[in-house]
Amino acid sequence: MRDADFFRRWMVATAAVVEREADRLTELDSPIGDADHGSNLMRGFTAVRAALNKDTPAAPGAVLQHAGRTLISTVGGASGPLYGTLLRRTGKELGDAAEVSDEDFRGALDAGVGAVARLGGAAPGDKTMLDALIPGVAALGTSYRAAADAAEGGALATVPMRAHKGRASYLGERSVGHQDPGATSSALLLGALADVADGLL
Amino acid sequence: MRMLINSAETVVADALRGMAAAHPELDVDVERRVIARRDAREGGRVGLVSGGGSGHEPLHGGFVGYGMLSAACPGEVFTSPVPDQMVRAAKVVDAGQGVLFVVKNYTGDVLNFDMAAELAEEDGIRVERMLVDDDVAVTDSLYTAGRRGTGATLFVEKIAGAAAEAGAPLDQVAAVARRVNGASRSFGVALSACTTPAKGSPTFDLPDGELELGVGIHGEPGRERRAMMSAREIAEFAVGAVLEDLAEVAPADGPVLALVNGMGATPLLELYGFHAEVTAVLAARGVPVARTLVGNYVTSLDMAGCSVTLCRADDEMLRLWDAPVQTPALRWGR
Repeated sequence: MRDADFFRRWMVATAAVVEREADRLTELDSPIGDADHGSNLMRGFTAVRAALNKDTPAAPGAVLQHAGRTLISTVGGASGPLYGTLLRRTGKELGDAAEVSDEDFRGALDAGVGAVARLGGAAPGDKTMLDALIPGVAALGTSYRAAADAAEGGALATVPMRAHKGRASYLGERSVGHQDPGATSSALLLGALADVADGLL
Repeated sequence: MRMLINSAETVVADALRGMAAAHPELDVDVERRVIARRDAREGGRVGLVSGGGSGHEPLHGGFVGYGMLSAACPGEVFTSPVPDQMVRAAKVVDAGQGVLFVVKNYTGDVLNFDMAAELAEEDGIRVERMLVDDDVAVTDSLYTAGRRGTGATLFVEKIAGAAAEAGAPLDQVAAVARRVNGASRSFGVALSACTTPAKGSPTFDLPDGELELGVGIHGEPGRERRAMMSAREIAEFAVGAVLEDLAEVAPADGPVLALVNGMGATPLLELYGFHAEVTAVLAARGVPVARTLVGNYVTSLDMAGCSVTLCRADDEMLRLWDAPVQTPALRWGR
C-alpha cells in the first residue's frame, strides 16, 4: 500500500529531475516549439515541491490534487492545464483513502491520462505527451520500472512522428525528426515514480 | 545575445513595474499580473479581457484603456497566462454586464481561458469567449491546432472595445468581435528568428540570405523557407495569400482595414517602404483600403519581419474603428 508520503516523494523527485533536465527539455522545445518547456515545468514543479513541503495533505488523492492545482496556477501554456489535469484527475479517482494499492493507483492514473486526452483532443501518434503516458500506464501492471521504460521508449518513438496537436503541428512535415518535449517530460514523471517506488529516492 | 534586462526570471514582472510607472491611469497589479483600466467598472459596460504570452508588446497590455480592453493578463514570455489571472481580471472589470474573453487560438491560451471561464462563472460572472484565428499560413487545420491568432487580434480588440464603450450588451460585443475575426486574414514573414530571454539564443536557425514565409508570433519556424526576397516580392506573396483566403468573405469588392505590422526588430523605415508595396499590390488587385495602420503592434520579441492583416470591414466595423480610443499604444479621437 502507498501512503501520502509516497506521492509527496514522487512529486519532489519529479521537481528534482525536471530541474536537472530543464535545459534539455527547452532544447527539445526549440526546433518544434517555443523554447520554454523546461523553464515552465521547472517553475511549476518547484511550486509543487514548496507547496507540499509546507503542507502535505494526509491522503494520496489530496496530495495529487493539490499538486495539480498548483501546476494549473503556476505553469501556463498548454502544459499547465494538461499536467495539472493529469494529477488532479488521478487524485480525484483515488478519493480520500489514507492508503491506496498499486492497482488502485494504476486505475486512477489511467483515468488521469484519459482526462488529458479529452482535454487536449490528441490521439496516440499525434506526437504529444500521450505517446509516453499511454504505453507507460499500460506497462504499470508489470512494474513501476517497466512503466518508466515504456514511457521512455514512447518518447523516443515520437522522433519520426509528424505533430498533429499543439504548436509543433504548424510545422507539418518539418516536425518530423524531433523528439517531442511533452512526451519527454512525461517519461521523466514516470521515471521519478519508478525511482521512488524502487526506493532509490 | 545582449538584452536590456535584469534577469530572464524577472523580465515580465520588471516590465509590469515599468508599465505601472509609465501609465498611472492603469491599475497594474504586478503580483497577480493583471493590467486593468481604473474606471473599468464605471458606466456599467461589458468588460473586455484578453491576454496571452508576453513578448508580443504592445499586445495586449498596451491596448488597455478607453475604447479598447478593460484588462489584459500577461503570461510568461510566449506562455499563456494561468487561469487565476483571467479570473482576477474578470472580477476586477465586471460591472454586472458580463465579460468577453478575447482568446488567440493557441492550445495553451484556449485551455487556460476555458478553465478561467468555468471558474469565473462559478463566481457568478457571465463570460463569453471568442477565438481569434486569422493566420492563413496554417492551411491544414484538420491536422494542426487550427489557425493561429495574430494581427486580427488588434482589429477585434479595437472594434469590440468601441462597441463595449458605447454600451452594447455582451452578446452584441461578442458578435461583432466574431464578425471582425471572420472577416480578417493575416500572413507573416520572418527575416530572423527571435531570442527568448530564457533560452538566450535564437529559437531557430535562419541562414543569411534566406527568409521564412508563414511564421507565427512565437519564434516558431514558418511554412516554407526561401531565398531572400525584396519588399515588393514579399508584399505580393503575403497579400496574395491573404486575398486568396479573403475571397470567401463577402462582399468581394468591399473595402479593407489594413495592418502592416512589424515583428519587433524591423525599423519603421522598412515597414513604410513595405507598406508602399502592399498598397500597390492592393491597388493592382482593385481592393479599396478604407483605413491603414503601420507599426509594431503584434510583435515577436526581437524578430525581424512583418505581417499583413486585412479585414473586410462593413460600415459598422469602420464606425467602431474610428471611435475614440486612448490606450498606451493606440490613441486617437479623444
